[in-house]
Amino acid sequence: MQQTAVQSIQSDLKKGIQAGMSIAVGYVPVALTFGLLAKTTGLTLLEAILMSMLVFAGAAQYISLSLIAGGVGIGVIIFNTFIVNIRHFLMSASLNEKMDDAPKRTKSLYAFGITDETFSVIATRNGKSSASYALGVMLVAYGSWVLNTGAGHLIGASLPDFLQAAMSIALYAMFVGLLMPSLKKSIKVLYLALIAGCINSALILTDSMETGWAIIISTILSAAAVETAILLKRKAGVK
Amino acid sequence: MNWQMLILIAGMAVVTYIPRVLPLTILEGKDLPPFIQSFLSSIPYAVLGALIFPGILLIREGDVWFGLVGAFAAFALALAGANVMIVVIGSIIILSGYLAIFSF
Repeated sequence: MQQTAVQSIQSDLKKGIQAGMSIAVGYVPVALTFGLLAKTTGLTLLEAILMSMLVFAGAAQYISLSLIAGGVGIGVIIFNTFIVNIRHFLMSASLNEKMDDAPKRTKSLYAFGITDETFSVIATRNGKSSASYALGVMLVAYGSWVLNTGAGHLIGASLPDFLQAAMSIALYAMFVGLLMPSLKKSIKVLYLALIAGCINSALILTDSMETGWAIIISTILSAAAVETAILLKRKAGVK
Repeated sequence: MNWQMLILIAGMAVVTYIPRVLPLTILEGKDLPPFIQSFLSSIPYAVLGALIFPGILLIREGDVWFGLVGAFAAFALALAGANVMIVVIGSIIILSGYLAIFSF
């Protein structure tokens, strides 16, 4: 009995690590560039790596560099970081529906690893996900993020221009690859993604708000609209 | 390492962790109303839509075609049933080809 429990933890961890590999690839150009920019902004190697280890949030880390370079105060930078990352609140709440029951300590451990990318991989998996699977995904993603931050700072250069440009598609391609299997199966998924994509495009292209807020607003509006439509349809059907 | 930087990093770490950990631990074991449950289960697909658009079309400033080619490659590969890693690697290769032909 105990043997099988250990085996299932190991196999879930392994599956998670495999699923996380595409994130690891996608983080390479982003983390290398972060390391490089951190160096030019005046952060030491240790500081750059420490930030990637403790914060583990790409967009917020990039923004903090430009604020540090601009001489902005610590409080403002921290507040800005909070605003940019508040979207993880929504993802954490959604993961709560998706994950197997686990002790609070386990949950607070893998909560640290929630990013746009790890969330997308874990949440689009069929059925419920275990903590070991989530930790597997996060571990590879985290490893790539931290190591490549260090590499970018040490080497002091990013990838060759053409590779850097071509690799910038990686995370988007991953999102597309994660979305497609569900999209093929369900018209509901198509509406959810399409409506959110349209609202987000409208908000971003008209410069109405910052990316973090735009993602939150478009996600909530789309999910609420689609769920309400389903509810109304069901009620009409019942009558 | 200077103290100011250390305080900054620690502060950023704390405010990033809070929204990540609160829902998972507070909602623990609570049965939410069915509407909220299905709303939360819909979030991943809506988030993906917002993460893809318009970002994928804007990856290279001033070159919409670059984004369009990349988006087309990713969608075509995924539609053909390729797994996520193949979609990622394939899109990178196709965009490298695009760059080799049109700009470098």
